[in-house]
Amino acid sequence: MEQKKITKGFWIKLVSAPILMFFFAYAMVPIYDVFCEITGFNGTTGRVDSEQQYAVDENRKVEVSFFAMTMGGFPVQFGPKVNSMEIVPGKFYTTSYVAKNNTDKTVIGQAIPSVAPTDAALYFKKLECFCFNRQVFKPHEEVEMTLRFVVEPELDKRIKDISLSYNFFKLES
Amino acid sequence: MTTATDTTATGHADHHHGPEKGLMRWIKTTNHKDIGTLYLWFAFTMVLIGGAMAMVIRMELFQPGLQLVDPHFFNQMTTMHGLIMVFGAIMPAFVGLGNWLIPMMVGAPDMALPRMNNWSFWILPFAGGILLSTFFMEGGAPAFGWTFYAPLSTTFAPDSTDFFIFAVHLLGFSSIMGAINIIATVLNMRAPEMKLMDMPLFVWTWLITSFLLIGAMPVLAGAVTMMLTDRNFGTAFFDATGGGDPVMFQHIFWFFGHPEVYIMILPAFGVVSHIIPTFARKPLFGYSSMVYATASIAFLSYIVWAHHMFLTGMPVAGELYFMYATMMIAVPTGVKVFNWIATMWKGSMTFETPMLWAISFVFLFTIGGFSGLMLGIAPADIQYHDTYFVVAHFHYVLVTGALWSIIAATFYWLPKWTGKMYNEGLAKVHFWWAVISVNVLFFPQHFLGLAGMPRRIPDYALQFADFNMISSIGGFAFGASFILFTYIIIDAIRNGEPATKRPWEGAKGLEWTLDPKAEYHSFNKPPSRKLIEQESQNS
Repeated sequence: MEQKKITKGFWIKLVSAPILMFFFAYAMVPIYDVFCEITGFNGTTGRVDSEQQYAVDENRKVEVSFFAMTMGGFPVQFGPKVNSMEIVPGKFYTTSYVAKNNTDKTVIGQAIPSVAPTDAALYFKKLECFCFNRQVFKPHEEVEMTLRFVVEPELDKRIKDISLSYNFFKLES
Repeated sequence: MTTATDTTATGHADHHHGPEKGLMRWIKTTNHKDIGTLYLWFAFTMVLIGGAMAMVIRMELFQPGLQLVDPHFFNQMTTMHGLIMVFGAIMPAFVGLGNWLIPMMVGAPDMALPRMNNWSFWILPFAGGILLSTFFMEGGAPAFGWTFYAPLSTTFAPDSTDFFIFAVHLLGFSSIMGAINIIATVLNMRAPEMKLMDMPLFVWTWLITSFLLIGAMPVLAGAVTMMLTDRNFGTAFFDATGGGDPVMFQHIFWFFGHPEVYIMILPAFGVVSHIIPTFARKPLFGYSSMVYATASIAFLSYIVWAHHMFLTGMPVAGELYFMYATMMIAVPTGVKVFNWIATMWKGSMTFETPMLWAISFVFLFTIGGFSGLMLGIAPADIQYHDTYFVVAHFHYVLVTGALWSIIAATFYWLPKWTGKMYNEGLAKVHFWWAVISVNVLFFPQHFLGLAGMPRRIPDYALQFADFNMISSIGGFAFGASFILFTYIIIDAIRNGEPATKRPWEGAKGLEWTLDPKAEYHSFNKPPSRKLIEQESQNS
C-alpha cells in the first residue's frame, strides 16, 4: 500500500481553521456585547421603550444608590442630584445627575453605566438616560441630565439594595 | 536495521544519504530528527534563561523587604519568566518531542510538510530574541504579568510592548504551523496498515493537542492584534472610553489561555502512558479509555475559561456553571490517573530513571490537579485568587507535570536519539535531588497562599518570612539540579555506553525496531501489519 497524498480539500481545511479562529476572536467582541445585554453580565443595564405596566407590590421597597465617576482626566464635575432613593419595583422614577464644565473648551463625553449586584442588572431598565447618547458640555455650562428608570418586579426578592454607577469618559475636548 | 527498510535499501539508495556537514545542516534541514533536536536544544536554552529569572525572583523573596532589585524589575522578571517558560520552553520542547517521535511512531519517513517544519522552528529563535531584547529598551521589558491584562498592557505599558506583541504573533505562527504539520503527518503519513486505534498514546495526545493549538493560538493572535490596534491605531476594544471593555480582554485571553494549559499537559500524559507500561512490563491499562479521556479533556478545556475570572463580577449562575464545568474535567483526568496506577498494579516493576520521573509525575501532577479543584470552587477562589496558592498550583502542574514528563521522555528516548546510554547512577542522584528540592520549593507556597500572601509582589509581610526562605532554598537547589542534568546529557552524548535497539526490556513501539541510534531516514517503506500489531499499545 502507498502513502496517502494530502488532498487539496484537506489542505484548505487545515489552513482555514486557524484563520477562522483568528476572526472568531474578533467575533467575540459583538458576541460579548449581546451576551452582556441578555444576561446583565458585567452589570450592563437594559432599556425599555415605553412606560409598561408592571404588577406593583407597594409594600416591597428597594434602596437605589447613585454614584458617579470620571475617568482619564475628564474635566467636568459630575455627580448625582440625590444620593439614594427608596423605590418600589415596577414603578417608574425620575432622578437626575448634574454636570458642570469648568473649562473654557467644549467637552464631549460618554457615560457608561454599571449596576451592582450583577444579578440586579438584568432587571434595571431605563426609559430615558443621558448615557444613551454622547453629551456635549459647553464652556462653563452647568446642565442637569435626567434619568427615568424602573426596577422590574422579577428582581430577586433577596436583593434590597442596588447601586447604579456612571463613569464618564472623555471623547473629545 | 528493520526488515522493512532493508528490502528497499537498493531501490531508494539516493534517499539514504546522511546529513549535510557543518552549520548549514541545521539551518537548511528538513529532517524531522534534526528539527526535533533543534527544538529540544532551543527549549533547553530557554529553560535556563527562564530559570535564571526565577532565581532572581526567589533571591528577592528570600527575606522580607526590598533587597536586590527594584519592584519594576521584579515585575519584569515574573512576566518574562512566565512568557519564556510557557512559549519558549514547554511548548517548543513538546513540539521537539513530537517531531522526533511521531514519524517514527507512526512508521512514516518524515513529517508531512518538511519545509514548513524548518520554518516553524527557525521562527522561534527570532521570536525569542525579540522578546528578550525588550529588556534593553527604554521602559524595560513587559512588566504586566504573563497574562498581559488590558489596560495594564495597553494604556499603561512601555513602548517595548509592541515588540512583545510581535514576538507573540511569531510564536503563534510557529505553533500553528507545527500543529498543522502534526495533523497532516498523523492523518496522511501514518503507515497505511496502522489504524487510528493502533496509534501509540503519545501520537494520540499530540494529535488532539494540535487541534487545541489550531483552535486556541489564533484567538491569542486576535487578542494581541486588538492590543496592537488599541495601542497604536485608535481602536478601543479594551478601552471603555470608546465603548470597549477591559473585562472582555480577560474573556478573550482565557478563551485561549485555558486550552493552552491543556496544550502543555496532554503530550505529557502521552509520554507517561509510554513509560509506565514499559517499566511495569504490562500493557497500558484501558488504552481506548485513555484516548477518549484525552479527547474529553480537550473538549471541556474550551468551555471553562471564566474560572480564571471569578472575581471580575459575574452573576451567580455564571459562577455556578463555570465551577461545575471545571469540576467535570476531574472526571476524565481521574480516569487517566486510575489507568496509570492500574497499569502498575501487579506489574513486574523496575525503577530506572525514566520510570522514577514518570511515577513522581503521577503523584505530583495529581497534587497540582487537586489544588486546581480547590481553586475551581467559586466561593473558595475569592480567598485563593491571586495568592501564592495559585502559584503553587500551576507550578505543580507545569513543573512537576509538563517539565517532569519532558525530562522523563529525554531519559527514556535518549538512547534512540543518540545511540548512547546515560549514566544511570548519576541520573538517579539527579532525580532525587530534583524531586526533593522541587517540593521544598513549591510546597510551602501552598501555605503562603492560604495565609494570604499575594503573588507578583516583591515584598511581603513578616509572618511569611520563614516559608519564603524555605521556598527560596528549595529554589536554589532545584536550579542547581539543572547543572547536573546538563552534565548527564552531554556526558551521555559524548561518552555514553552504546545502547541496544531496545534498551528497555518492556518497551513497545515502532521506534524501538529501528537502529540503536535511529537512522537519519527511517521507515522509507511503511511497516507491516504484523509489526504494527506486535508493537501496538492497544493489545
